[in-house]
Amino acid sequence: MLTESAPHYRQPLLKTPFHERAREWSQLDSFVPWSGYSTVDVFTSVEQEYFAIRNASSLYDLTPMVKYRICGTDALRFLNRLVTRDLSKLGPGKVAYVVWCDDAGQLIDDGTVFCIGAQEYRLCTGERQLDWLRASAIGFAVEIQEITEDIAALAVQGPTSCALLLRAGLTGIERLRPFEHGEFTLTRAGREPMSLMVSRTGFTGDLGYELWLRPADAEPVWDVLLEEGSPRAVRPVGSRALNMARIEAGFLLPNVDFISAAHTLYVGTERSPLELGLGWLVDFGKGHFTGRRALLAEQERGPRRQLVGLDVDGNKPAHNALLYSDRSARREVGSVSSATWSPTCKRNLALAMVEAAYVSVGSTVWAEIYLNRELTWQRRVVRARVVERPFFAPARRRSTPPALY
Amino acid sequence: MSAAAAYDCVVVGGGHNGLVCATYLARAGRSVLVLEAAPSLGGAAITREFAPGFRVSACAHLLHLMPPALMRELQLERHGLAWAAREVGTLALDPSGSPLHLAQGTLTELSSGAPAPDSAAFQEWRALLRRFTAALHPVLNQTPPRLGTGAWRDRGALLSLALRIRRLGRTDLRELLRIGGICIHDVLEERFASPLLKGALALDAVLGTNYGPRSPGTVLSLLYRSAAGAGAERLALPRGGMGSLTQALAEAARAAGVRLRTDATVERILVHEDRVQAVTLAGGETVRARAVISSADPKTTLLQLLGSEHLDAGFTRRVAQLRTRGLAGKLHLALDGLPVFRGVPASCLRDRLLLAPSADYIERAYNHTKYREYSAAPMMEVTVPSVADPSLAPSGQHVLSAIVQYLPYEVAGGWEEQRPRLLQTLLSTLAAYAPDLPQRVRAAELLAPPDIEREFRIGGGHWHHAELALDQFFLVRPVPGATQYRAPVAGLYLCGAGCHPGGGVMGLAGRNAAREVLREAA
Ligand SMILES: Cc1cc2nc3c(=O)[nH]c(=O)nc-3n(C[C@H](O)[C@H](O)[C@H](O)COP(=O)(O)OP(=O)(O)OC[C@H]3O[C@@H](n4cnc5c(N)ncnc54)[C@H](O)[C@@H]3O)c2cc1C
Repeated sequence: MLTESAPHYRQPLLKTPFHERAREWSQLDSFVPWSGYSTVDVFTSVEQEYFAIRNASSLYDLTPMVKYRICGTDALRFLNRLVTRDLSKLGPGKVAYVVWCDDAGQLIDDGTVFCIGAQEYRLCTGERQLDWLRASAIGFAVEIQEITEDIAALAVQGPTSCALLLRAGLTGIERLRPFEHGEFTLTRAGREPMSLMVSRTGFTGDLGYELWLRPADAEPVWDVLLEEGSPRAVRPVGSRALNMARIEAGFLLPNVDFISAAHTLYVGTERSPLELGLGWLVDFGKGHFTGRRALLAEQERGPRRQLVGLDVDGNKPAHNALLYSDRSARREVGSVSSATWSPTCKRNLALAMVEAAYVSVGSTVWAEIYLNRELTWQRRVVRARVVERPFFAPARRRSTPPALY
Repeated sequence: MSAAAAYDCVVVGGGHNGLVCATYLARAGRSVLVLEAAPSLGGAAITREFAPGFRVSACAHLLHLMPPALMRELQLERHGLAWAAREVGTLALDPSGSPLHLAQGTLTELSSGAPAPDSAAFQEWRALLRRFTAALHPVLNQTPPRLGTGAWRDRGALLSLALRIRRLGRTDLRELLRIGGICIHDVLEERFASPLLKGALALDAVLGTNYGPRSPGTVLSLLYRSAAGAGAERLALPRGGMGSLTQALAEAARAAGVRLRTDATVERILVHEDRVQAVTLAGGETVRARAVISSADPKTTLLQLLGSEHLDAGFTRRVAQLRTRGLAGKLHLALDGLPVFRGVPASCLRDRLLLAPSADYIERAYNHTKYREYSAAPMMEVTVPSVADPSLAPSGQHVLSAIVQYLPYEVAGGWEEQRPRLLQTLLSTLAAYAPDLPQRVRAAELLAPPDIEREFRIGGGHWHHAELALDQFFLVRPVPGATQYRAPVAGLYLCGAGCHPGGGVMGLAGRNAAREVLREAA
């Protein structure tokens, strides 16, 4: 038994405010580490959880998302110099997806910026960034504070998510537009009203919301949502099911589709936003930002390779497949970083980094896939076509107010 | 913007490097304006009054690094430079009164004139340094190459450096590689017996640095000093102090067509579309420029005048982490007559006097700075310039100018409180060598690093604007991303002591920078 006095590296992982509830729901007891917290990988079955995301609603605990409060007179100038996108028009109540780079224009991480007020923002990211944020703050009047533990976060995603939140007592939620956030009060007979922040954001590419709560409200909110939801096929989901949904939505996962330039050890394994197909997030006209000069030079040269979406023949996910120029599989032209069979699209999807000559929609590459048929291994080289991303983009993700399924 | 006159080049700071740079630019046909914040030109190489009738070189006090070729090119003698002394010797003082005399090739007992016991070893060491110098000196005249670019210019420069070093031959090359990164103390222990001599030689290795004789890298700083001096020990005193050197530089600049303005403090460097556009002055005036070349220290230039919003975050952090705090201070005394130093005839007081009787003495003095203290027995490099240059003091009276090490930038109790105490410490330290000195003092001035920072506008008050150590040297000076005199913003250049080859009154940073500016089309 470890005691309180054990050194930090021997302490057990942190538990999110949803942990006890998650344990009650977990059949497999399958917890994995995420940013120092213990979180659920699979509750019951990946498929069942995936279908909750796509056909009903899902609850996903994203408390471990690292959150920073950024405030001060230079908060906006600071952020605009940090990220590649222009945030000067991001008003209070708005959210933006952003990426930031090192001096060489290589991606450090992605995240979302919430504009709370004129001089206050919140940055949510997958990994801790304090060191880089501090370096970026030299010369700016900003205060940066990590508030990860102060906020419990729960994603409610799926076609019925708006209906679910309304039923749970979040009046007015139907008016929230994509990439907006607001303060709401959850009122429900027999319970104290709870105030919480809700943003219409998510990682599923579907209709969905993210709830930002005081840790003390985590369990009551979870309970209310499942009281209403469980008879309607709502269930908590783990990160494996979410991963299928995010590939369909074409979202990148750090450490899977790219390695942060802050962590790469081998030269040339870092990736720029241009290579990752995130050029639309890079605003060369807004003034200086870290990596701008390097990215400008890269743009003039033209990226050497780029991340693309692939539709792979057959139904076997092309996990980690090498990609070739033709069926003979002699010349490598790229590799797959994420792959899944998509039950909703009925297509075999992959995200892959390919050489510049193969990036346009309609290009063909060949994927080398290994199949394990009851311990008999087979090697297949199958055709894969470069297709538009996102693979899955239902109109409901944008409509306001959303239909109440 | 109230667009005033536009210049091809605006040089921020009229220290010696700024003046040298401006002159070369103007000679190449550029319109050049120098903006100096202080009421007079010269930067850390000026002469000023510190007590009625007593004038002194207020910061740098000995000229030994400026290449004669540069002085000829700039025709400094025609522009008014004259000499009070062209070859100043060095006396290593010893409290018991038997100093050593160090000259170009000889080491003698001052009292007898006879060769000192370490004489042969001393000559051998000097000869070795001369050979190293011959290999390394050309590097100082050049823009450092960039690594890994594949450009023929960079490759060529690296190759020629490699060849020159290779030409040292096997034995010398081995010795260079062996001692290049270690501390001067160990090398001196190997070669010499006399503590007094070791103290004197160690002083030159640590003067102006943040290191003691036992710090790694102090052989490098000695090599730098001797390579820069191209022959070392040719210490000179311009007549009228260091200020007359910079006055001659200013005359040369004027003659080349440079416009010089004093009392003109640059507040911001303005950028438009990632290119330098203008500077604004305290008071609000704006001066447009195609290129801005700053001789202010790199941290001030990049983080205050330019601003981190124009720079990448990683680069900004490197600049912010530059080590820029100095440990050298300055003592100026107005004396009513020539003091008597034990064992030193009055005629020898034109030499440089070293108060560093052993390397251990220096190391002990250094130790205190780690704890925001100064030693009760500091190291000093003393000159009495009025011996060779009576114009500096009222007739029959004298000025003493001493570099004092080690003075922490931040001292426990604060400098306001400590300055008078330190002055007493320094006077009693001097009294151990010249007992009558304290009673001859009519006025005194003591500059600690924060005073140097304030008076000369050198952030941190460092001799070299930024520490001259392996990680801030040559290819990576001042920081990667701002080498080759170029800042990351187009049209912004650095030309001061913070650049290669570093500080000291040498002028090469200014000249090299001008060459880089001229590589870009007008
Ligand atoms: C205590 C001490 C003793 C020294 N002794 C010697 C010695 O004996 N011999 C020797 O060779 N070297 C000596 N040095 C080193 C030498 O003085 C410096 O390295 C050298 O003078 C630096 O010259 P520079 O032209 O690069 O910079 P500086 O001389 O520092 O010139 C920079 C100029 O820029 C100006 N400036 C700064 N900011 C602005 C602004 N915003 N707007 C306008 N102008 C601005 C400053 O006022 C200054 O005039 C000594 C240094 C110290 C600290």
